[in-house]
Formats: sequence, structure tokens, C-alpha cells
Amino acid sequence: MISLTSPIETRAHHWRAGAKLAGLCAATMVLFVLDSVATQGLAFGLLLVLFALPGRDFAAAGAAALRPLVPFLAVIALWHIVTGTPTEGAVIALRMISAVGFATLLTMTTRLTDLVAVVTWGLKPVRRFLPTRVIELAIALTIRFTPVLILKGKMLVLGWRARSAKRPSWRIIFPMTLLAIDDAEHVAEALKARGGL
Amino acid sequence: MERKIALIALFAALIAVLGLIPKITLAFGVPITAQSLGVMLCGTVLGARRGALAVLLFLALVAMGLPLLAGGRGGLGIFAGPTVGFLIGYPIAAFVTGFIVERWAAAPIGLVASVASIIGGVFVLYVFGIIGMAVVLGKTFTESALLVTAFIPGDVLKAVLAGVVTATLAKARPASVLSRG
Repeated sequence: MISLTSPIETRAHHWRAGAKLAGLCAATMVLFVLDSVATQGLAFGLLLVLFALPGRDFAAAGAAALRPLVPFLAVIALWHIVTGTPTEGAVIALRMISAVGFATLLTMTTRLTDLVAVVTWGLKPVRRFLPTRVIELAIALTIRFTPVLILKGKMLVLGWRARSAKRPSWRIIFPMTLLAIDDAEHVAEALKARGGL
Repeated sequence: MERKIALIALFAALIAVLGLIPKITLAFGVPITAQSLGVMLCGTVLGARRGALAVLLFLALVAMGLPLLAGGRGGLGIFAGPTVGFLIGYPIAAFVTGFIVERWAAAPIGLVASVASIIGGVFVLYVFGIIGMAVVLGKTFTESALLVTAFIPGDVLKAVLAGVVTATLAKARPASVLSRG
């Protein structure tokens, strides 16, 4: 399974994931406190510099991750121009881009294994009350079986296309769900056969 | 125990698959992503607690940077964006949907699952979605509600489909429909 971590190695790839997460929490809180265009603009400028530093490809990947915000930015712009409050609109828009942008930076510079390690570490204090090994197993199973189910789903779509001139309809959801259930039953049996949990 | 864990993990994977396989086109030519249908199915098939756990597992993987949301999106950025309310609402929607299916055992499962999906997967989900949008976009609840009304009919349709799929599953694999187990 390919995660959204950037293959372009930056210095931040080697920082501790936990520290980066704590930093992100602090940054997001600060963003929600700042309420002037100047300070929000500064934060946005910092974000642009951080995205630009590792090179053009990294910046392009970052821009692609932020693209889903465009329709919301259009709504904010339209709204605040109509209501005559452009400054307020600018603060809201800049804050939204920066909050999503900083979080995207963390995702792009942190490997999945490092984040799983943070989760495992975070679960340590509750190990007495919660079966944390079971949670870790479930995470691993989902990561392993998502590509398997995607492949099977694609085969179903191909099968549909081979038999029908129409595009796959919602009916394909039923066999897909059935595949997931049957796979789950097989996995459960395999787990039991290997000594269980 | 093994069965429950495997079903939770595979249903988390199913939500991802339903979001990633596009081009499911409804009769009148409207393409939909079936991701929220996956959330409803978690509730109607797995029941309240296990359904919510499957959705939480899915969200944890999205937060860790796997591109599992519809359109290949993922990562922590999604949780700072305007649609964050819907993500927070997902596990609660699955829980409410599952809770209704578990408690309302007298009626046929297809009908119950459809109604439960409308209440949990549409009504409850939109309450959270609208609150999230109001906070991030700095608008009132009414203004935010206006932004998302266009999507409600499609989601009601998905809720009805969730009922149909659940009813068929209850016939094909009765032992796996844990919400009625």
C-alpha cells in the first residue's frame, strides 16, 4: 500500500514523528487564535516557503493535496464579497489553507511506519484495559487487505464490463461486500489455526 | 474474537474500496462515490459497536497518511479541512445506524436497515458535517447547512441501497450479519 509520504527525502523525514505531531497541534491552535490578515498572511508565507524548500516536485505534490479546498475558497470569496466583509473572508480562507497545509506537510514528511510507532506508543498507557495487540493486528489486516479487496473489486468491474454494454451500477456493491465478508471468515479461520489471539 | 476482528478489519478495507472504485453510475446518470454507503453498511451489518470500530480503524489509517478517502485523498490535512465534521461524524453515524438495527428486531431487516441508515448515516452525519463546516468556514449553522443540502438526496438514496444490500446479505450470509446475531 502506497502512503502519501513524499518520496523526495527532506530533513523533516528524519525528525521524530511524535515531536512533529505535537508541533502540528500547537501550530493549528495558534492559527485559530490569530485573527488579523497580517498574522495569517505571515503563517501562509511560512507555509509557502516550507513547501518550496524541497524543490518543485514536492511543491507540486503539496499543491495537488490542497486542490480540494478550491471550491470552498470560491464559496468563501463569493460570500464575503457579497456581504462586504473581505478582511474577515481573507482571514478565514488563509487560516483554512494554512491549517490543511501544515497537516499535509506532516503527512508528506512522515513515514507510515513512524506514525504506526506513535500510535503504538500512545496506546501504551491503556495497555492494561485495552487489548492493544488486537488493535495493532486490525491495523495490519486492514493495510494488507485494502489492496487485495481493491484488486478483487477491479476484477468484478472487468467481469461486469465483459458481460454488459452498460457501466457498472450500484448492484456491484453487493458482491463486493460479500467478498469482504468471505475474506474475513477465511482470515478468522487462518488466525485460529495459527493459535488465535 | 478472531471473527470479529477480521470482520472489523475487512469492513474498514471495504469502506476504502467503495471510495476508490469510481464510476458507479445511478440509473439517471449521476456518478456517486459509495464511501458513505460503506459507513452505513458497517452499522447495518456489524452492529453499533463493531461498526463504529471499523470506521474508526478506517479513519486512523486515513490520518496516518493512507490515501483511502474517495479520490485518493488522505493524511492529516483532511482533518483540518472543511469536511472534518463528516469524518468525525462517520463513526457516530455507523454507531447510531447499528444501534437502531440491533434494537428494532421486529420489522424486516431491509426496511430497518434503510430507515436506520437514513437516521444514522444521513441525519446524524449531516449534523456533525454542518457543525464542522460552520467552524472551519466561519459561517452560521444555517449558512453551512445551505452548502450541503444538494448532497442530501443522493445520500438518502445510498441509505435505501444500504438497506437492499443488507437484506440480500442477511439471506446470503446470515451468520455474518452480526447486527442481528
